[in-house]
Amino acid sequence: MDALGLKDLAFIALAAAVIVTSLMMVTRKNPIHSALWMIAAFVVMAVIYLLLNAQFIAVAQVMVYAGAIMMLILFVIMLVHMERGDESAPAAARRSKTVRIAGAVITAILLAELLFGALLFQVTGKSGGLSTAAVNSAGNVKTVGALLYGEYLFPFEIASILLLVGIVGAVVISKRK
Amino acid sequence: MLPELSTTVCFILSGVLFTIGAVGAILRRNVIVVFMCIELMLNAVNLVFIAAANTLASMDGSVFVFFIMTVAAVEAAVGLAIFVMVFRQRNTIDPYEIDLLKG
Repeated sequence: MDALGLKDLAFIALAAAVIVTSLMMVTRKNPIHSALWMIAAFVVMAVIYLLLNAQFIAVAQVMVYAGAIMMLILFVIMLVHMERGDESAPAAARRSKTVRIAGAVITAILLAELLFGALLFQVTGKSGGLSTAAVNSAGNVKTVGALLYGEYLFPFEIASILLLVGIVGAVVISKRK
Repeated sequence: MLPELSTTVCFILSGVLFTIGAVGAILRRNVIVVFMCIELMLNAVNLVFIAAANTLASMDGSVFVFFIMTVAAVEAAVGLAIFVMVFRQRNTIDPYEIDLLKG
């Protein structure tokens, strides 16, 4: 393996940052703190997307996840009075030792399977014609847009219908009777 | 031109993030934190899509991540609306208290 380049060093730092922020997200008692750590994790993830030559997705990640979705989650946390803390005492008591051990075993198996797949995979599949240089010369957003409105036009329209149904559903569900 | 990142490290990072999300979703008892853990797992999947698309010199990964983001946004809107509705009816969103479907 040759010397680590700038990109590799950046990736290692970002990977450590995203793992730390997501661990903080999972372990914080206060849901507001969890949500703020989650925003940090999403922003770091956006920088990783930039390193992987997906500029459009990086911007969309910050706008949709770190912006819209997390704003909604923070809003709901404050709306349902969860700021102080989280698990009521009986709920914590009901979480027995068996549940903890079962959870640990399940996650260990899951991590082992995922690492097994990540270390032993082989890239099959035909390489597409859009190398990084080709995409960058045309523009990343332009390439994604051409695909979205060309080859993937039908799924794109279905996605817009899904968004409409989601909006209507959210309004109907949360409407005061 | 900077050299490209190895796909394997991206996949390993994604696996670790997915596992963190799964641990949170299994062990936490706060519905909103569980919800955020599910978003984290979706993000790990997005990372796999982007890394594989980068390796295969294809932009389809970005398109699929775009669709996943759409679904995640709809899921957030509807899920949080359900939380608000349940809170309005029961005055709590403790998952042990939400047993509306029990006869």
